[in-house]
Amino acid sequence: MYNNVLKYLNNIVTKKPDKVAFSDGETDLTFRQIYDSSRKIGTYLDQQKIYKKPVVVFMKKSPEEVAAFFGVVTGGCFYVPIDEEMPVTRVQLILDNVCSPLVICDEDTLELTSRFDLKGGKTVLYSDLQKVDVDDAAVTAIYEKAIDTDPIYIVFTSGSTGIPKGVCACHRSVIDYIEQLSEILNLGEDTVFGNQSPLYFDACLKELYPTLKFGATTYLIPKSKFSMPTTLVEYLNEHKINTICWVVSALTMVSAFDTFSTVKPEYLHTVAFGSEVFPVTQFLRWREALPNASFTNLYGPTEGTGMCCFFRMEKDPKEGEPIPIGRPFPNREILLFKEDGKTLAGEGEEGEICIRGTNLTLGYYNDPERTAQAFVQNPLNTAYPELIYKTGDIGKYNAEGQLVFVSRKDYQIKHMGHRVELGEIEVGADRISGVRMSACIYDSEKKKIVLYYIGDLEKEEVSKELKTMFPRYMIPGRIFKIDAMPFTANGKIDRKTLKANYEAGK
Amino acid sequence: MDELLEILKGIHDDVDYETEEHLIDEAILDSLDIVDLITQIGDTFGVTITAKDILPENFNSAKAMYALISRLEEE
Repeated sequence: MYNNVLKYLNNIVTKKPDKVAFSDGETDLTFRQIYDSSRKIGTYLDQQKIYKKPVVVFMKKSPEEVAAFFGVVTGGCFYVPIDEEMPVTRVQLILDNVCSPLVICDEDTLELTSRFDLKGGKTVLYSDLQKVDVDDAAVTAIYEKAIDTDPIYIVFTSGSTGIPKGVCACHRSVIDYIEQLSEILNLGEDTVFGNQSPLYFDACLKELYPTLKFGATTYLIPKSKFSMPTTLVEYLNEHKINTICWVVSALTMVSAFDTFSTVKPEYLHTVAFGSEVFPVTQFLRWREALPNASFTNLYGPTEGTGMCCFFRMEKDPKEGEPIPIGRPFPNREILLFKEDGKTLAGEGEEGEICIRGTNLTLGYYNDPERTAQAFVQNPLNTAYPELIYKTGDIGKYNAEGQLVFVSRKDYQIKHMGHRVELGEIEVGADRISGVRMSACIYDSEKKKIVLYYIGDLEKEEVSKELKTMFPRYMIPGRIFKIDAMPFTANGKIDRKTLKANYEAGK
Repeated sequence: MDELLEILKGIHDDVDYETEEHLIDEAILDSLDIVDLITQIGDTFGVTITAKDILPENFNSAKAMYALISRLEEE
């Protein structure tokens, strides 16, 4: 019985101590090194009397950062990853939310860290933590005291009010996810992952924990590779990567430019994708290049710990029909509620996708209000407390009984694999002095966020300001300064008109 | 060259494309930008850029991109 994710690590270090666990092409860390490093960090936290607290990890994406995550958990705390790619405003909002007593950083991020208000927290270098002598008794005592509902990480997602939400997950939901995912993707000790997702999203759980569970290997692929398809495929071949779980845009980048006629992935046998709709023509190119590989569409909100539905592509999809999100992983249930929020949608009817099961995260950190809005009592159960998570996604079942994603309920879109609240971008734009009012729409065909605003500032300046507030994927690809904002009859910004104007090329 | 700079400005208007020589290595242009760029270059110059030419050395600077377009136009 596993009640602590560290059991995966404690177990594998006795079996494959010298195998490379995580590599970024520059640094390789073996399971032994990851284990030793995490126990040093755990010891340090114990010495500092930091226990059951959020610990911010602000490091360059690297094997050492992964070791720091496990080190935080070894100390009985939970890690909060932040990254240089995040804009400073967002980082500060995160720091304000978690009030962490400690920020672990590296030589690359130390200077940047000093620019933030750490709310009384202090800074320590990862390299200094490697000088600590491990206190075995202390680390073991922390391990034995842990229970599986204790948190292990907080990752932040977009919130419509402009304040990001910190999704907090525990050992139990992560273990459940990793166990189910491993069976669905048929992961094992020979798995060689090529990681694409940033480490500050739950998407990287897919690689981090199965690597420990099986003694597999994960390559953290440098971001620059993803804009050069031939170079990327050569990288996969060089490292004999056989398993990838990427956002769709990373996969289509490769297939769209006829890369496969120059170079094909030689070892790849397991391809999982998600977060966006995979265009059928692009999917077919992948299938043709890798006829023997398995392809799996994954779906799930961060609040449900990683992914929670899957669809294995057995036959080719039809042009014009969306690839289903399929059915839930074992040990969780999808409930589709109609607009009244308590009646289940019937066959072919649309409803909000709600999730029930162990995979539910603990909620939003330090945010009882928004937690209570999204994590609610199962309306079908009045007998005892049982939470479901309301995703805000609308779905329905197709004729084969497979779940299909229809749209977002609110004003949230999927862009470059990330969840983006267009409202958050508007709130940000409205904060810029010289912008009087703004509205965002999404061009789903060209995959561009489009911002309209009225004000005195030129659009280059608006763009520059937005870049200090938001991550790259939230920056509007097109910005238009207009003379007047259109309104609906009841005084709301008329986004439909903006969209119609945009599509008409006005 | 002006047409190319126009396209590039449309993608990120705060980059100095006349001097920047690490557009790819420094991940200034990400994968979606490259997709957008190649589509627009195709529309404007009538050339088809395929994976064998989508290499860092051809995209790290506006100058390199222009050289690639010129080569493809001649072929």
